[in-house]
Amino acid sequence: MNQTLETTQAQRDAVTDADVTLIVGLEVHVQLDTQSKLFCNCSTAYGADANTQTCPVCTGMPGTLPVINQRALKLAIKTGLALNCKIANYTKWDRKNYFYPDLPKGYQISQFDKPICGEGHLTISDAKGAFETRDIQIERAHLEEDAGKSIHDETGAQKPSKIDLNRTGTPLLEIVTKPDLRSAEEAKAFLTELKLILTYIDVSDCNMQEGSLRCDANVNLHIKVDGEKIATPIAEVKNLNSFRAAERAIGYEAERQLRVWKKDGLGIADAPKQTRGWDDANQKTTKSREKEDAADYRYFPDPDLIAVETTDEEINAIGSTIEYLPSKLRTELMESYGLEAYDTEVIVSQGIGVVTYYKTVADFLTKSASGSKSPGKTASNWVAQEVLRYLNEQNCAIGDYPISGDQLGELLARIAKGDFDQTRGKDVLAQMLENRADLEAAIEKLGIKAVDSGEVEALCQQIIDENQGVIEQIKGGKVQAVGSLIGKAKKLNPNINPNLVKETILKQIGI
Amino acid sequence: MQIEQLSAAELVKRIGTGELTAAQCTDHFLGKIRDKNDDNGAFLAQCDEQAADAAKQIDASIAAGKSPGPLAGLPVAVKDGICTAGITTTAGSKMLSEFVPPYDATIVSRLKDAGAIVIGKTNMDEFAMGSSNENSAFHPAKNPWNHDHVPGGSSGGSATAVAAAMAPVAIGSDTGGSIRQPASFCGITGLKPTYGRVSRYGLIAFASSLDQIGPMTRSAEDCALVMQTLAGHDKNDSTSAPVDVADYMAALEKPLSGLKVGICKQHFEEGLGEEVRASVNDAIDVLKTLGASTVEIELPYTQYGIAAYYVIAPCEASSNLSRFDGVRYTNRAAAENLEEMYSKTRAEFFGEEVKKRIMLGTHALSSGYYDAYYLKASKVRRMIKNDYDKAFESVDLILGPTVPTTAFKFNQHAADPLAMYLADIYTVAANLSGVPAISIPCGFDSAGLPVGLQLQARRFDEATLLQAAHQYQTQTDWHQRSPQS
Ligand SMILES: [Zn+2]
Repeated sequence: MNQTLETTQAQRDAVTDADVTLIVGLEVHVQLDTQSKLFCNCSTAYGADANTQTCPVCTGMPGTLPVINQRALKLAIKTGLALNCKIANYTKWDRKNYFYPDLPKGYQISQFDKPICGEGHLTISDAKGAFETRDIQIERAHLEEDAGKSIHDETGAQKPSKIDLNRTGTPLLEIVTKPDLRSAEEAKAFLTELKLILTYIDVSDCNMQEGSLRCDANVNLHIKVDGEKIATPIAEVKNLNSFRAAERAIGYEAERQLRVWKKDGLGIADAPKQTRGWDDANQKTTKSREKEDAADYRYFPDPDLIAVETTDEEINAIGSTIEYLPSKLRTELMESYGLEAYDTEVIVSQGIGVVTYYKTVADFLTKSASGSKSPGKTASNWVAQEVLRYLNEQNCAIGDYPISGDQLGELLARIAKGDFDQTRGKDVLAQMLENRADLEAAIEKLGIKAVDSGEVEALCQQIIDENQGVIEQIKGGKVQAVGSLIGKAKKLNPNINPNLVKETILKQIGI
Repeated sequence: MQIEQLSAAELVKRIGTGELTAAQCTDHFLGKIRDKNDDNGAFLAQCDEQAADAAKQIDASIAAGKSPGPLAGLPVAVKDGICTAGITTTAGSKMLSEFVPPYDATIVSRLKDAGAIVIGKTNMDEFAMGSSNENSAFHPAKNPWNHDHVPGGSSGGSATAVAAAMAPVAIGSDTGGSIRQPASFCGITGLKPTYGRVSRYGLIAFASSLDQIGPMTRSAEDCALVMQTLAGHDKNDSTSAPVDVADYMAALEKPLSGLKVGICKQHFEEGLGEEVRASVNDAIDVLKTLGASTVEIELPYTQYGIAAYYVIAPCEASSNLSRFDGVRYTNRAAAENLEEMYSKTRAEFFGEEVKKRIMLGTHALSSGYYDAYYLKASKVRRMIKNDYDKAFESVDLILGPTVPTTAFKFNQHAADPLAMYLADIYTVAANLSGVPAISIPCGFDSAGLPVGLQLQARRFDEATLLQAAHQYQTQTDWHQRSPQS
């Protein structure tokens, strides 16, 4: 990296996209799913009336002292383990000092040099192959308390600002990546995978609207100019409150920084780090009004709290509570159920409930001796199409789906056996959903009965007799014309197996 | 015998038997406060109503034959840096002149649960920063032995209250000597417990890693009685230790034979007043006649104690006092914008000494200075701790003067703050190392001002401190002498 290389306008004009590498690091704040705050017993529930979830401790009353919430510590360790982080046997608390009205103590209790989680990594991949699968390095993850919320008058009437301290002291885990991401798509994939992991290990509700997951992105460019590499000034884009916003803000920054650099040629050493915000309405980042001089937070160890020592046994015990990780389930679905990457992703991205449901269906079908050639794939098609569509339409979770995995497996087994075809199968499923009927009742309601071979032959003969024109076409070599005859057969008897109709007709006319 | 001459133990006994009612006892001391406070300024607030109500309840429960609690009916004065629900708690600062805490400090709850009655809040140097009470934002307390002299600080109001018999017992807090130095100046007994022995929850923090709450009484016996209630783990204070509490009263009567007392060489060097030296030497002889043996020891790193203390304490204070920003419960200065509101509020409502220490601490924690100040001071602190650990391998107690001098006059150190800081020279090491220490009266100088003897013990060994102090007090009457005022 050349910190001070001066470039000419001509050199900068000659730079093409191929010379530019986007460098992105993320800081993600995750609200851990605890009943009470990090250092007091106040509730963390969202949406209560302002300042009703406060006490002397979280309002920073003189004389009060913090006491660590053990569950928050466990959830932080669990998250670290899921992100392949080295968990610290010794971790401590530090004060980050700054004045702000929604920071009642005048400092935030955080972790400075001994975070609970050290280096780790998270693997990102794209089922459609938009980028190569790779490990994104995680620098650290530390626990800290959230600040309160300032509510400023936006009517222009200069009314006093208000402060709500309900959120003050809520436990946050700040996960910091190394500047390892190379595109907006990768950043989005990282966030998506992170959220999926957090959901699987049940440490956060990850509700972005309620601020349970917040993201800042550090973005700059490395530009090759005549064999030298130049870095552009870093922009920290704050408060990206959706994955889409993160992706777009990073994309915007990439474009903006190149445009600015082409004009002014300023490198990382020429300009300070800039704080920017994402303007969703106008789809661009804007410079924040914050002061540019580097804040001195005067970190020092919080004397009100004792250091936390955790043994390897305790860490392992917490690790053993991690039942499912998306990466392991992906491998299982591909290797044991024969699914392709894309189908796997559709199932796994839905969370552990859908994965478990899928496995029940596939397992039932596999064991059913129905002769299903690819039970894994069949089950995935039905779950991905039928079940997920229902969940979307009804806006409900898999736990509320009215049909058990075994029942759906049985339905698929009956189709595989040839009792009725797929289309009739979907009718059966609709019947089961509509009337909360079990499989047999739905089949009976629809009047589905097995058709014996004598009936099939008689029906086919009738069709041959009534459709001589079509038969002549078939005999003349246009075999696909038999399709229209199958339709007619189904109208005469909806339970008839179309394949059997085709076979029988062709046999009867001697083809 | 007048009520105020009775020991705390005797008061509790008489109230328990019905010989004296809690109401009479409380009334008596509230009357003393009314009589004397205009002259000596020991109290910032007097709790007539709350105390009368509490006394009535105690008397009722005694009359009903209920167990009255180990401190039933005992009036207690509480330093104004300790939060009391519903009673203004100022920490000696204009910043908090209107602050009424919604909660009791843990030790206040414990005292109340034991039957004690809070009769008032005692004067102090602002946010406990000072050694003379001259930094009280309201008015200084005065030394009952001579009103031209300071009572010491920062728990000067508590020391004055006990010495002037306005309360049988007071609660103080000690960050660098704030219980022991005023105890020494006012001729009373003051115990700074082991760091972590007494809950800090509700103590308005000066320097969190050094602050400890402790009892200030006339005798070691009363100290033991009150300490029994104060001591113990508190789930609201992570730094309070889950260590069993000894039976302090039972420990008092044990003879001192076999006790090894270390005489710290560094405490008898240059700077020690001759009259103080003589009184302390006499005290050594008394302890020897009681069966203790003495040996000279060294605590070489304690000579850097003051330097380390005046880095660590301001660093922590600068952060602890950030919450006083005008936004919530403090007073607030009028201003046009946020920045101005912060600076005007803090400029107007903090006193000079507090502002000085906030600036010192803020500077010492700043980027580029942290290693040279805070980190280095922390290393010194560890060395001092090692000194003590080593010393206590061979001795049970460490003995020396509490303060190099007797109480100085008001304004005496106005031009030389460093001389004032040296009043803490023998006391800060106990805070830096966390060991418990007690100051007991051991004589008077030629001006009639009390001299204090300091004893220090192993961590969590308050029992031996109280035992030695009590045994000494069975052979001497310094602790029974009362000032005229
Ligand atoms: Zn709270």
